[in-house]
Amino acid sequence: MSAQSTNGSEHAATSNGTAAAENVLLDVRNLQKWFPITAGFFRRTVGHVRAVDDISFHVLQGETLGLVGESGCGKTTAGRCILRAYDLTGGQIFFQDHDGKMVDLGPLTNNEMKPYRQQVRMIFQDPFNSLNPRMPVIDIVGDPLKINRVAAGKALEDRVASLLARVGLRPEYMRRYPHAFSGGERQRIGIARALALDPRLVVADEAVSALDVSVRAQILNLIKDLQEEFNLTYIFVSHDLSVIEYICDRVVVMYVGKIVEVAETEELFAQPFHPYTEALLSAVPNPDPRMRQQKDRIVLEGDVADPANPPSGCYFHPRCRYVQDQCSQETPELREIAPGHFAACHFAEELTLAGVTASGELG
Amino acid sequence: MESPVLIEIKNLKTHFFLDEGTVQAVNGVDFTIHQHKTLCVVGESGCGKSVTARSILQIVDQPGRIVEGEILYHRPDRLSAAGNGEWTSGENGASGSSSAEIIDLAALDPRGREIRAIRGQDISMIFQEPMTSLSPIHTVGNQITEAIKLHTDMLDDEADEHAVELLRRVGIPRPEERLDTYPFELSGGMRQRVMIAMALSCNPALLIADEPTTAVDVTTQAQILELLEELQDEFGMAIMLITHDLGVVAEMADDVVVMYLGQVAERGDVDSIFHDPKHPYTQSLLKSIPRLGVSRNRQRLDSIRGMVPDPYNRPTGCMFGPRCDHFMPGRCDAVSPPAIPLGPGREVHCLLYEDE
Ligand SMILES: Nc1ncnc2c1ncn2[C@@H]1O[C@H](COP(=O)(O)OP(=O)(O)OP(=O)(O)O)[C@@H](O)[C@H]1O
Ligand SMILES: Nc1ncnc2c1ncn2[C@@H]1O[C@H](COP(=O)(O)OP(=O)(O)OP(=O)(O)O)[C@@H](O)[C@H]1O
Ligand code: SF4
Ligand code: SF4
Ligand SMILES: [Mg+2]
Ligand SMILES: [Mg+2]
Repeated sequence: MSAQSTNGSEHAATSNGTAAAENVLLDVRNLQKWFPITAGFFRRTVGHVRAVDDISFHVLQGETLGLVGESGCGKTTAGRCILRAYDLTGGQIFFQDHDGKMVDLGPLTNNEMKPYRQQVRMIFQDPFNSLNPRMPVIDIVGDPLKINRVAAGKALEDRVASLLARVGLRPEYMRRYPHAFSGGERQRIGIARALALDPRLVVADEAVSALDVSVRAQILNLIKDLQEEFNLTYIFVSHDLSVIEYICDRVVVMYVGKIVEVAETEELFAQPFHPYTEALLSAVPNPDPRMRQQKDRIVLEGDVADPANPPSGCYFHPRCRYVQDQCSQETPELREIAPGHFAACHFAEELTLAGVTASGELG
Repeated sequence: MESPVLIEIKNLKTHFFLDEGTVQAVNGVDFTIHQHKTLCVVGESGCGKSVTARSILQIVDQPGRIVEGEILYHRPDRLSAAGNGEWTSGENGASGSSSAEIIDLAALDPRGREIRAIRGQDISMIFQEPMTSLSPIHTVGNQITEAIKLHTDMLDDEADEHAVELLRRVGIPRPEERLDTYPFELSGGMRQRVMIAMALSCNPALLIADEPTTAVDVTTQAQILELLEELQDEFGMAIMLITHDLGVVAEMADDVVVMYLGQVAERGDVDSIFHDPKHPYTQSLLKSIPRLGVSRNRQRLDSIRGMVPDPYNRPTGCMFGPRCDHFMPGRCDAVSPPAIPLGPGREVHCLLYEDE
């Protein structure tokens, strides 16, 4: 009953309270994933990497939720937990079944997970290593259909052809191997594969990070179009805030395994309530040389905290420019500061933090 | 206002001779780097940015080589011969850089003594992938002091002291202790700082930084860009910064070179490139990036249709022709667009501007 243990679920309850009518597709509660650190001959566990440490958030049907934060803050781990690629250390992952019931995916066995594996799919970061180089495209995209006995033979081929056409690739190329495609085309193959089973939730992990600007624009447009066409729900993981702003309805900001801020995209960018979010926003280079002087880049001192050995109190306190005595002693809870806008900072109400102002179109 | 020329690249061609054919990785590139200034080179993956940089240092991988062109290095005078002295800009000389010695780097033997003396001492480079360019089996301290001793007459103790000073200068806490660490023990951002410290060990006149922040996240990127700016103010070196991030260009560049498929599409000062881009490729690049604070209300991003052609099947005429909205049949596929001057240091390679 301590404040500590109810912290996460309180947030889930509040956010669900407002969200109930809006059709929650995924409701993550107090999710934890710790990786053991072993040492010595007997592989004794000497500590834990707290990759994801008690996070709660929900995703509405048809929305795009962004997951941002520095390298190593636990974005990919959170995504993989939702796909149940990992066993959870703690917490629940409620997913809305076809008949509207909320099912906790957390304790399900591999066999029990099967129907949900069709409904929750992932697009991977690296278009070069995530495709099997010895498989032609028809197998890469068609395999999920075959394995789940959705289609075979001519029907399978037709389905693959229409998927390829949908992501803007020529169906005639389906017998080619991945090496014959460019980075952007490979990412399209990965997307076609993720869509093959008509998923309801797609976790896109840095899906456009490895792509050149012009190709990235094509893929971002494609991801948006597919959402409208198939009423898809996305969790979009990225460290690129300009991409997050473009594609997401709401954003979750993580720092060292914890959520530090959640808000609607526009609000988060205009009026952040957490000093880490402020620093993150200020670090994004503005593509207009005339904005150089106007801008106060906040340069954070030092490195991200080590998730195996996080600082006391607020994990951000060694790097925070608003730090006070209380910060190193008490862990701030994620609290609702404004309607639908949550932040984990003792001084969220008092601080006036800078957001991003429109830089205006370039001539 | 204009600071003296440091490097002048003229019609540089660097090709790779493979069994499948010849890759014209760099195919007729011209641009100029000025002393104390930052030049950014942008363009899509594979357009020849890294190969251009490697050509300057004559470290192009086999089976590639410079087949044509000049890389004129206007070597400034050192104030002191100690190897860590300031570079004089030539401005205080009688008539500009008249005293400067001019060396054609492209004509030097890649394995010869002359270019080896220039590498590290006059021109140094931070590579795209820090882990592959730091040795995994030597300590950070060893690697920096080796670099120092190679180009100066400093003794062990002096070199150690200088290494500590450099590590402190690039923002590494407790530098004395870091001398004994191995690269794998450092975070990505720290490794990049060590690379910068090594590159600065002899106070080069030009620092080439090839995608120095692509592998790190935004907050670390901000730290490294800030560091480069500070160091430039302090040491006065010129920086050639290679990146595909237009935000980084807007924040760092004095001058910009936009490359496409081994050639320069357009070059000029940073304000003209962002606010008055002339080449259709530059124009589409600028339209295809999401912008913080404005893209939210926009439904779609403008994207460039099609893909970069593969290096063995280059189009005829203008390299950008197959993806260009202003393509003029019979002209753009027949003539390779020449450099059309638009002002000092500003030119575009596009037939639309031929009659101006
Ligand atoms: N299988 C694993 N075993 C042990 N530690 C792990 C494992 N996977 C991730 N970690 C650790 O957990 C933390 C979170 O990693 P994660 O990959 O989720 O971060 P991320 O936010 O996706 O980072 P990036 O932006 O670099 O992809 C890191 O400290 C990482 O080293
Ligand atoms: N060692 C090599 N052997 C053969 N071809 C090469 C070699 N190095 C580069 N190339 C080719 O030269 C061209 C230019 O490569 P370069 O590395 O300069 O591109 P880049 O602009 O730096 O791209 P990126 O942004 O991906 O780093 C490419 O087509 C590349 O495949
Ligand atoms: S709780 Fe304190 S240290 Fe943490 S973000 Fe807020 S002000 Fe900074
Ligand atoms: S020369 Fe022709 S094809 Fe090339 S950029 Fe100009 S208009 Fe386009
Ligand atoms: Mg990740
Ligand atoms: Mg490169």
